[in-house]
Amino acid sequence: MDVAARGLGKATSRSGERALGIAALVAVVVSATLSLVVAPPDAVQGEVQRLMYVHVPAAWLAYLSFFVVFISSVAYLKTRRSRWDRIAAASAEIGVLFTALAIALGALWGKPIWGTWWTWDPRLTTTAMLLLIYFTYLAVRRVVDNPSRRARWAAVIGIVGFVDVPIVHLSVVWWRSLHQQATLLRVGGPEIHGSMLAALLVGVVAFTLVYAYLMTLRLRIGRLEERAVREALSPQVGELEEADV
Amino acid sequence: MTARAEDVAARSSVPFLRQAMAIAAKDLRIEIRGRHALGTLLPFAATLLVSFGFAFGPGRDVLERTAPGLLWMATLFAAVMAARRSYQAETEDDALEGLLLAPVDKAAVFLGKATAVALELLVLVIAVLLMVVVLFDLSPGNPFALLGAFALGTVGLAAVGGLFGVVAEAERTREAVFPMLVLPLVTPVLIAGVRATDLATTGQAGEAAQWLGLLLAFDIVFVSIGILVFGHLMED
Repeated sequence: MDVAARGLGKATSRSGERALGIAALVAVVVSATLSLVVAPPDAVQGEVQRLMYVHVPAAWLAYLSFFVVFISSVAYLKTRRSRWDRIAAASAEIGVLFTALAIALGALWGKPIWGTWWTWDPRLTTTAMLLLIYFTYLAVRRVVDNPSRRARWAAVIGIVGFVDVPIVHLSVVWWRSLHQQATLLRVGGPEIHGSMLAALLVGVVAFTLVYAYLMTLRLRIGRLEERAVREALSPQVGELEEADV
Repeated sequence: MTARAEDVAARSSVPFLRQAMAIAAKDLRIEIRGRHALGTLLPFAATLLVSFGFAFGPGRDVLERTAPGLLWMATLFAAVMAARRSYQAETEDDALEGLLLAPVDKAAVFLGKATAVALELLVLVIAVLLMVVVLFDLSPGNPFALLGAFALGTVGLAAVGGLFGVVAEAERTREAVFPMLVLPLVTPVLIAGVRATDLATTGQAGEAAQWLGLLLAFDIVFVSIGILVFGHLMED
């Protein structure tokens, strides 16, 4: 865990932040080019299918960021270092953003392809429940004033929420199997064009870099917030130290 | 309270389960004397069911088909209130501090409070079932499958409620945050409970086993998690 922490310290330095930002920007441009220009329109779905190049990476980030919340929540309860709490908080905020984006893009895609904005498909439903759980995670963070209590409570919700997701998913899968609906058209199919696959993979890499970049920004804000609070509470303003980074 | 704290202190070497049962007994005693579940939650559940009747009635077929769902919705809302009430009793007069100072394992506090809430909910859900049978014409069907669904479902609800009830009663979180926290987490209980009830009341009790298994898995996961992490919620 210390190695991870040190690596994180490097990535969150100002130069690391800038490098990440540039890498993310380049990757997003490449990804946009691949998905809008290079990849052919889908044989069945036409141009609408291009939404997948954004939707799939957004959904990937949704689950990645909540996994990070889970890991850092466990780490916080084990070590009680406020850095883990800041990482969890930052990741949850970004996760909520991309989960909402994934659901919204899915609905935009679903309307012309499935003929409906929403269906109680297990993946859809589970992702929506994920969003609700982490809305509450952020809400609890907002209403609790005491920093130590906020960190502990948030960590418990971060762990419980993550553990709940597979059970929710299983229950929705079983629930749906009782109400079998017409088989829905699935993305891809057995044959996926090489350039389509490339666009998808580059999209995933690009979004992951964007996530890392947003994390470094959010973590810096978190550190500054913490320092500002300490500064406001501290009587000797002259002797401030760097937050425990 | 002080007398009880000293009492617990005197038995600091009692085994974990005995501690939990002592807490559960204390909560049930409060319930029996204050009659909160019977006095408040039952009329609340009844009001809810009548409102459902207005919303989905008066045609009998719709009410009959939705009865298992309405039963569990009423139970869900009652569970939120019961869990909150369980900690309200502790925060009044700062009884919670006494409980924290007592040499009791924090996990035992969770287990005890969750057990008490589960028993209260079980009584409540059986009363709700009677109301649903009368109001919505639900046939009780297979009593064993039904009782299994109720018992396993209320344990799951009580585990989540007992874990986060302390969050509901502290700070400014009392209002919407607590139901917001509990309701998405207990989605599996709602789905599995409704399906098992539906199957049990329509003569397909054999197929309910799968859902009872899911409820059992949920119970095991959440009781274990509660025992593991509850101390972190209660630290201050």
